[in-house]
Amino acid sequence: MFENLSERLSGVFDRLTKQGALSEDDVRTAMREVRVALLEADVSLPVARDFIKAVEKKATGAAVTKSVTPGQQVIKIVHDELVHVLSGDEDPGRLKIDNPPAPVLMVGLQGGGKTTTTAKIAKRLKEREGKKVLMASLDVNRPAAMEQLAILGTQIGVDTLPIVKGEDPVAIAKRAKTQASLGGYDVYLLDTAGRLSIDDELMAQVAAVRDVANPRETLLVVDGLTGQDAVTTAENFDARIGITGVVLTRMDGDGRGGAALSMRAITGKPIRFVGLGEKMDALETFEPARIAGRILGMGDIVALVERA
Amino acid sequence: VEPRRALDDEMLESLEDLLIAADMGVDTALRVTANMAEGRHGRMMSATDIKGLLAAEIARVMEPVARPLPIYPKKPQVVLVVGVNGSGKTTTIGKLASQFKAAGKTVVIAAGDTFRAAAVEQLQVWGQRAGVPVLTAPEGSDPAALAFDAMTRAEADGADLLMIDTAGRLQNRADLMEELAKIVRVIRKKDPDAPHNTILVLDATTGQNALSQVKTFQEMANVSGLVMTKLDGTAKGGVLVALADKFGLPIHAIGVGEQIDDLQPFDPEDFARAVVGLD
Ligand SMILES: Nc1nc2c(ncn2[C@@H]2O[C@H](COP(=O)(O)OP(=O)(O)OP(=O)(O)O)[C@@H](O)[C@H]2O)c(=O)[nH]1
Ligand SMILES: Nc1nc2c(ncn2[C@@H]2O[C@H](COP(=O)(O)OP(=O)(O)OP(=O)(O)O)[C@@H](O)[C@H]2O)c(=O)[nH]1
Ligand SMILES: [Mg+2]
Ligand SMILES: [Mg+2]
Repeated sequence: MFENLSERLSGVFDRLTKQGALSEDDVRTAMREVRVALLEADVSLPVARDFIKAVEKKATGAAVTKSVTPGQQVIKIVHDELVHVLSGDEDPGRLKIDNPPAPVLMVGLQGGGKTTTTAKIAKRLKEREGKKVLMASLDVNRPAAMEQLAILGTQIGVDTLPIVKGEDPVAIAKRAKTQASLGGYDVYLLDTAGRLSIDDELMAQVAAVRDVANPRETLLVVDGLTGQDAVTTAENFDARIGITGVVLTRMDGDGRGGAALSMRAITGKPIRFVGLGEKMDALETFEPARIAGRILGMGDIVALVERA
Repeated sequence: VEPRRALDDEMLESLEDLLIAADMGVDTALRVTANMAEGRHGRMMSATDIKGLLAAEIARVMEPVARPLPIYPKKPQVVLVVGVNGSGKTTTIGKLASQFKAAGKTVVIAAGDTFRAAAVEQLQVWGQRAGVPVLTAPEGSDPAALAFDAMTRAEADGADLLMIDTAGRLQNRADLMEELAKIVRVIRKKDPDAPHNTILVLDATTGQNALSQVKTFQEMANVSGLVMTKLDGTAKGGVLVALADKFGLPIHAIGVGEQIDDLQPFDPEDFARAVVGLD
């Protein structure tokens, strides 16, 4: 639906003759196109702005290799910076779940994919790391939320905390902790109700859950199709709850995934996983280069820039 | 009194940014801002004045699409509800059913999401809340077959409305979109005019992908109107302006919470003021 960056830049750079280095003017012209590409990919405005500034600095005066056009050179610089911002320091696939039973808290807006992702992570921990996992639903709001997690638990062969109607989320978290200790579980995952980041009451509730559970990981589950609101969600959840990582869902869609950049830039926390479907094994470790290409609307960019 | 500033390029750029930050998309933001500024360049205005003009321009674009769900003299009137995963389809059906019931209509709901875990149980709770029967089929069964049975039942009962829930699906999944097309084909065996409404439910937090959602769902399922949910959050849903521009589909209602009464008519002026940040 939108032009990718290469198409945008080819128009701009056709008018330029090949020179030895990118001039300030070239870069400024190019950055206008990069800005639009980022915004069309749903990167949040303040994040796009900062990103452009950083790239502008790196690109000005950069030598243009003979084998590539100035446009390709700019794309490479943009791409490299994207990968740089998107990458965390550690292996995203390794959650901090030593000291059994390790609590993992799942939080996010309504309908983002928390319950599904909770089960996907449980399955992964069980199958890949041989962990004994317990899942508990703290969602007392959404109709049949607890049943949903219980059904998924049965599907993947992972235990769920027995449902006790009328209990509040903090009480359920305490019960999960006790059960996880007594039952010899390595990890227990706490799935919470969806909440708006400006809903004081519900944000206070999940903060109270955090205080009793002391999670080793608090994962913010975010819809990969999220637009400009990514900034607000990331800021508020991180400020109020303190997240340790992000999971991006619905990356099997045709969205450009700009929310990934926003999340990283705002929280500084690693993106751990991406959700790639509704099935229980549709969860992959986050790969910065793949998302970078996608944000730019160029899946095949890696091959292109390797020549540069 | 508020300070006044000239409506110059710098000002226009910051207004564009304001709209972009509300998910309007670059092209639409530029167009809306330019239309607002026409004939006003250089004029001295306060921030509130300028935002008021911008809101008026947005409201002007949105006015023609602000239309409630049309009611036809059909028994049953079939309302098919579609959309990507987690957008709020099931919740919206519960809210709509409750509104129609309150308006004196007899309503039947079909639990056409036979895929997602506990989707049926979720809808059953909504049925109870709204006081409306929910027809179900076992998990994994064919949603088109359920839709057909539901048509038979709604006809026999003389129901005014049949609302059909469907599983969430991403628009780039051709197989799942075909499943939707099949539901429509099967319903038409019973009534060639059905479904009389096909509502696409959009999540306000969604960015520019909403354009692709509307395009594909319209192609595959003949979408006749939109509902946008989660406008009680911090997302402004500005992409609706781009959608109104491109597709002109009616916006029937907006979701503003998780409770049964949290569904409101779409009000262009309120919406426009929220987009530009005026209260
Ligand atoms: N296509 C796709 N669908 C997903 C993915 N992750 C979750 N879903 C679907 O998104 C919808 C919502 O997922 P849930 O796990 O119920 O979301 P949630 O955050 O727990 O929702 P609430 O508890 O209501 O806040 C369901 O239809 C899931 O099947 C994904 O990666 N890709
Ligand atoms: N804040 C808010 N939450 C909403 C609104 N509408 C729906 N929700 C919540 O969003 C989540 C998903 O809603 P559902 O109705 O299950 O969405 P769905 O489209 O049926 O989801 P799938 O069937 O899994 O594709 C639930 O937690 C709802 O309570 C709304 O207008 N505002
Ligand atoms: Mg859930
Ligand atoms: Mg549903």
